[in-house]
Amino acid sequence: MTVHRYVGGNHVRQDAFDKVTGEADYVHDLALPGMLHARIKISPHASARIVKVDVSQALALPGVRVVLTGEELDHQLGLYMADKRILARGVVRYQGEPVVAVAAESEAIAAEACELVQVEYEPLPAVLDVEAALAEGAALVHPDLHTYSHMKGVFFPVPHSNIAHHQKIRKGDVERGFVEADFVFENSFQNPPVQHVPLETHAVIARALTRDRMDVTTSAQSPFTVRNILAHTFKVPHNNVRVRIPHVGGGFGGKAGIHLEPLAYMLSRRAGGRPVKIVATREEEFNTLPSRQGLKTRLKTGVTREGKLVAVKAQYLWDAGAHADYGVNIGRAAATAGAGPYSVPNCHVDSLVVYTNKVFGTAFRGFGHLEVMWGVERNLDIIAHQLGISPREIRERNFLRPGESTITGEIFTESHGRPDLCLQKVAEAVGYEPKSPPATIPTGKVRGRGIASLHKAPAMPVFTSCSCIIKLNEDASAQVLISGVDYGQGTYTALAGIAAQELSIPVETVQVVFDQDTATQPYDWQTVASRFAFMGGNAVIAAAGDCLDQLRQTAAQVLHAPVDDLICEDGTIRVRQNPDQALTYQQVVQGYTYENGNSIGGPVIGRGRYIAQGLTHLDPQTGQGKAAINWTYGAHAVEIEVDTDTGEVEIVNIASCFDAGRVLHEGLCRTQVEGGVLQGLGSTLTEGFRFDELGRLLNPSFVDYKIPTAKDMPRKMSQHFVETPQLDGPHGARGIGEHPMIAVPSAVGNALFDALGIQFHELPLTPERVYLTIKRARARAHRNSER
Amino acid sequence: MSANEIKIKLTINGAPWEGEVPVEMTLLRFLRERLALSGAKEGCGIGECGACTILVDGRPVNSCMMLAVEADGASLRTVEGEAQGGELSPLQRAFVEHHAVQCGFCTPGMLMSAQALLERNPSPTDDEIIEAIAGNLCRCTGYAAIIAAIRSVCPTDHPRAGGDA
Repeated sequence: MTVHRYVGGNHVRQDAFDKVTGEADYVHDLALPGMLHARIKISPHASARIVKVDVSQALALPGVRVVLTGEELDHQLGLYMADKRILARGVVRYQGEPVVAVAAESEAIAAEACELVQVEYEPLPAVLDVEAALAEGAALVHPDLHTYSHMKGVFFPVPHSNIAHHQKIRKGDVERGFVEADFVFENSFQNPPVQHVPLETHAVIARALTRDRMDVTTSAQSPFTVRNILAHTFKVPHNNVRVRIPHVGGGFGGKAGIHLEPLAYMLSRRAGGRPVKIVATREEEFNTLPSRQGLKTRLKTGVTREGKLVAVKAQYLWDAGAHADYGVNIGRAAATAGAGPYSVPNCHVDSLVVYTNKVFGTAFRGFGHLEVMWGVERNLDIIAHQLGISPREIRERNFLRPGESTITGEIFTESHGRPDLCLQKVAEAVGYEPKSPPATIPTGKVRGRGIASLHKAPAMPVFTSCSCIIKLNEDASAQVLISGVDYGQGTYTALAGIAAQELSIPVETVQVVFDQDTATQPYDWQTVASRFAFMGGNAVIAAAGDCLDQLRQTAAQVLHAPVDDLICEDGTIRVRQNPDQALTYQQVVQGYTYENGNSIGGPVIGRGRYIAQGLTHLDPQTGQGKAAINWTYGAHAVEIEVDTDTGEVEIVNIASCFDAGRVLHEGLCRTQVEGGVLQGLGSTLTEGFRFDELGRLLNPSFVDYKIPTAKDMPRKMSQHFVETPQLDGPHGARGIGEHPMIAVPSAVGNALFDALGIQFHELPLTPERVYLTIKRARARAHRNSER
Repeated sequence: MSANEIKIKLTINGAPWEGEVPVEMTLLRFLRERLALSGAKEGCGIGECGACTILVDGRPVNSCMMLAVEADGASLRTVEGEAQGGELSPLQRAFVEHHAVQCGFCTPGMLMSAQALLERNPSPTDDEIIEAIAGNLCRCTGYAAIIAAIRSVCPTDHPRAGGDA
């Protein structure tokens, strides 16, 4: 008998064959009969009034079928905050905002027609910085904010301001904490907006059908969320909206929520129901579709002489850009993690999601945590240095311990995980030793080591759920239907392992169905937040259990045995005390037929579901409550070499460790970390939007915006896991998809201090920034020495 | 033949093809729209990401940067031609085994760049592998598994650098 053990194993990816042969279809690859191609005309201004739109020449171009303007569209939509228009109406709020869209017989014709559209603008003052946006008398990006619908009781926009959401966390008495502290430090940090850069740009094909129905095939992360927002926006029943998702070429959060789908649908409606395809150009991916929000951080920290945190007052100013429909939740979620994985008795966080006239922000792998941890983890190293204790010690003295509470009042338990062990493992892996930074700024190529800890919980509504259907086929193989999307992260492969193990069948006979379709697949909330393996895994376990129950019920009648005496192993249902008394799954999966032809049972279809357990609404004034179904803790340690003559930083060695609860799939966890770490190094070393003084994006292409290539790989990387079982996780697992990216910049920033004795506060750490910072530090040192 | 179309003749994955193509049509569009070979992808359209890499007379080329008419007389290979008789090529198999695939959008181009390398240099060093795929952007894997996969089909072992997988 084969024992089917796959959890923690290394079986082949479900999608690997289709992807190496080119057989995997993405929206980019699909076409429908009669399909039109659409292009959009974007705003050249960060803020302007639309005076006049003349589409006559575009309409006259042969092959043009529809020219659509914002004036014709009344809808306002968004995930948590309905602050987006399908096309700009009356005003434009960022350079890159879609203003006019054209559907034509070919993409070339549509592009030419866009050129022929004449738009007259009256430029308006733009707010391009969060602090300017908060200043008295600042121009308002959304003057009608007070009228916008949003998720009530969770998000708190401030009327007649640029504040889309104000998240407060209040614990203890922060001012008293500062009085009690031996030392108080104040530091500030900054992150730029960063693009997700999925290799596949956003793409959609929409078809408007009669009787207010629509069929939308899209490159999106969350089919049911797209359906839900489409149904609400166009005020149609959910059954009228069919959303399908084939293979998706990367998401990283950028394809969560809703993007080009409503526009494609409206164009199709205007085109009499002809399908309309929109594929974002790479430039549009950069400056029309959303990015990660920028962040300005201010931290005031009270500590004892021994480095124990007494009080933390944090101000997080999120540069949401022109829309915050998703960004409001980043400001909320990151605030709940806003003091790091540490015990902070007195904490006061103000997290403000602020509108500006820039391309808007959305979820990006880690949901605000890379940004927040940049400040939190750099800040700790700065304080440790001031106190004369090591960066490792200050963390170890402050890590949450069982019985202590998080800043939202959640009690940390033994089963939450081991941030301390993660840090220990990575420190050992790179040979991290406490040492004093150089007294004078060194020259040439200099080595340094740095560490950083991290934590993150999935951010989700309290009622977040997932469901799963497992169909057993005639040959006793299984098909798993589940609606989280595997856009590369490998979750389906992990779920296949769970399903095979639970059903006790070969993993090769389990297929997780890739093509998502809201008409045929069971509900799932969203594929975000590193919650799919956790919630989907639990739903799969429940569905597999339901399958086995059904198999046992039919077999019990045939074998004349109590259901409870039947065990399912290796595709066979046996009577426990008499193993020879058995049926194969195959004899039962479609119902059992007796010799005389009588049949019982029927096709086995298992159903499973899971809903977030124990979450509470957060108190609006204090942020206290249970915000997290689980926390994943981790750490990175890095050794760098910085060239003081060029400012170039090379990653010599980077080690990463996460308390995964349980590693569901060895190879996929390892490669997920490899990829996430390199993406984190992109945010560390090269990536970030640059705008000119008028708010125009200066680097919307691969020529000017560099993501890591194979040449940018660290010389050495290692991945480590701690397994402290999550009590309610599938086989003890918790999410790790986003975490590899978080705190990578912090570790590198800390290593730079170790190498140079210079504190870096702003990302990215480009050669230019590093070189100029060294140069300024040298000039300062020189001046001081002359005094 | 219309005024802006030119007749070309080429070989695609071993099979001859002859026909007229618009002068302005890129090789990538020709493959995807005329030949229904959608393995090669468009990630940027300006020759920066490598997702559209195919082999032209054995050399890796960004097919978004070449016109179809320029391929007249050439022998083209795309990812669709790599598996023979339903059997994956050794390199494809290695990508599967090493989990060198995540979202998969860069994979066809990555495979073709690596295949071209292995055909001109069966035992590349890690630096040579990295050089060969440096023009193929991947946002998911961090490249380590890809390099491990390519290395695994090389007959000889060189000193290794970078990655651990």
